[in-house]
Amino acid sequence: MKDLNLINQLTYYFTHNGLYVLQQFNRTFLMAIYGVLLGAIVGIPIGIWISQHRKLSPAVIGIANVIQTVPSLAMLSILMLGLGLGENTVIVTVFLYSLLPIIKNTYTGMLSVNPHVLDAGKGMGMTRWQVLTTIRIPLSLAVMIAGIRNALVVGIGITVIGSFIGAGGLGDIIIRGTNATNGGAIILAGALPTALMAIITDLVLSFVEKRLTPKTSSAR
Amino acid sequence: MLLEMSHLRKEYPNGKMAVDDFNLEVGRGEFICFIGTSGSGKTTTMRMINRMLHQTSGTIKINGHDIAKMDPVKLRRSIGYVIQNIGLMPHMTIQENIELVPKLLGWSKEKRAQQAHKMIALAQLPDEMLERYPGELSGGQQQRIGVVRALAADQEIILMDEPFGALDPITRESLQDLVKHLQEDLGKTFIFVTHDMDEALSLATRVVIMSQGKQVQVDTPENILRHPANEFVTNLIGEERLIRAQPNILTVSQIMKRHPATIQPEQTLADAIDTMHERRVDTLLVTDQDQKLVGYLDIDDVSRKTDVQTPVKQLMNHEVSYVQAKALIGDSVQRLLKLGVKNIPVVNQEKQLVGIVTRTSLVDIVYDALRGAPATDEQPASPINVDIHAAANHEGSADA
Ligand SMILES: Nc1ncnc2c1ncn2[C@@H]1O[C@H](COP(=O)(O)OP(=O)(O)O)[C@@H](O)[C@H]1O
Ligand SMILES: [Mg+2]
Repeated sequence: MKDLNLINQLTYYFTHNGLYVLQQFNRTFLMAIYGVLLGAIVGIPIGIWISQHRKLSPAVIGIANVIQTVPSLAMLSILMLGLGLGENTVIVTVFLYSLLPIIKNTYTGMLSVNPHVLDAGKGMGMTRWQVLTTIRIPLSLAVMIAGIRNALVVGIGITVIGSFIGAGGLGDIIIRGTNATNGGAIILAGALPTALMAIITDLVLSFVEKRLTPKTSSAR
Repeated sequence: MLLEMSHLRKEYPNGKMAVDDFNLEVGRGEFICFIGTSGSGKTTTMRMINRMLHQTSGTIKINGHDIAKMDPVKLRRSIGYVIQNIGLMPHMTIQENIELVPKLLGWSKEKRAQQAHKMIALAQLPDEMLERYPGELSGGQQQRIGVVRALAADQEIILMDEPFGALDPITRESLQDLVKHLQEDLGKTFIFVTHDMDEALSLATRVVIMSQGKQVQVDTPENILRHPANEFVTNLIGEERLIRAQPNILTVSQIMKRHPATIQPEQTLADAIDTMHERRVDTLLVTDQDQKLVGYLDIDDVSRKTDVQTPVKQLMNHEVSYVQAKALIGDSVQRLLKLGVKNIPVVNQEKQLVGIVTRTSLVDIVYDALRGAPATDEQPASPINVDIHAAANHEGSADA
């Protein structure tokens, strides 16, 4: 009986605050996307770079690893001291957390390209740049996208927590629910769209990943 | 000279001297095989030619130009390159793979496509295959593409590093036919690394045998089989292969018996019978005063009633088959065996009799060659096997 009640409450919340939920959904989504996008813009070149200068890779990946070990709430608080309250702090946090999966996957992807194929490319007279752009990157694209996919799912989680430092978004709804007596339905109203967002992003990106994987077979 | 390598040395940063004073001149249309034990520096030497590696010292010239002064990227586009692991781009169609270097060279789309069709035909593969991806082809088909891709931009020199090492024997053979065709009919020059002696001997115009970074012997396959430079080469070739090669490298003079029983045309039947008795033979070869072979006398052909004072020239058979002392056994064996005679006289260029080959000795040689090993390793039973062992150990000299 109580369950039915919860669902009723949830439907009620959605029908009356639909637009608001959508706005917060959008907000959360954009913050996560911006953070990860920044992460990709910085992380992919770093990953490519350390794959060409492999001596640097332990140091770079080590730093990214350290960032990852800081609990997200702590990271948000630390950055808040410098950047203040609000969405920018959240975006930077997401950015920092997305670096590790993106750098690591780019690096692994680049190194997983069959060395004989690279040798053949160079031996046939491709410049370093041509080897990079026509062999290395296309052949490691799928692994890179998988890194971005990871980063985005983690990023959505962080964005939700980011509501604690006044960034708004779906986290706001959840926090409101936790503060209200019998706020279970409100918590769900924030949590369900969050989960949905994570699942959908993951699905979409896995589709993109498949699309960007270079064809190696003429079968459609 | 198309390609000149002089005093090439390569020392790796770890101090390993991989190539030590390598010298070789390669003419247009040659097929050079590098062979040697693993780690002997074959790959290192080959990769210095397209500047995938840089030599510690020494020079490489192509058409007289020092490659160290060329742009390495341009140089590589002018040299075909095929590796064992095929190295086709997995994410490009066969057509894109073939067009790779022409595209780097900036050929027009039409010209490239035209070349792709030409190349797939050269590889003896169906035209439709151009749209496929490497992963959809068998290993042998992929390597066929690898081979023709290496000459899609009309490269003159093609470097191949153990290109067929991973293929099964039948596929390998068909690819060997392909590269041989490219060399013989299109005049391409090959530098071909292999560890398969049969491959080297059948493809090469010259074989470079390497050991520990040094050239041990550089010569034609025939000469290497005939005169292995040292024990290392003998072992590398393998005794079995040396024996199998006998018919093709041993000459008739090396297996013939010297001083066959002869008689002159002016002598009488009585003299002939005496000689036959003495030498325990039933045929005599008839030679004139210049030692020239003019016929033979078979005792079975002489009637009992013949006067013993009849001169041999009235009784002898003028139709006599013979072989040249210099002829290779492999070339003459068929003919000799078909003649069905027990003995075949051997003559020199002046048709002077120098020896005789017995049918048994020929059969022994052929049998050994087919079987690949002599009956007894330690103590050769027949004089022919002694010869084979001598050649195999390179102690005997090839006197004629
Ligand atoms: N990059 C390298 N650094 C150090 N030593 C190397 C390197 N590449 C090859 N070598 C050594 O040089 C020698 C010749 O190698 P290689 O040319 O590959 O021989 P092969 O092709 O005849 O098997 C070997 O002893 C090998 O271990
Ligand atoms: Mg090698």
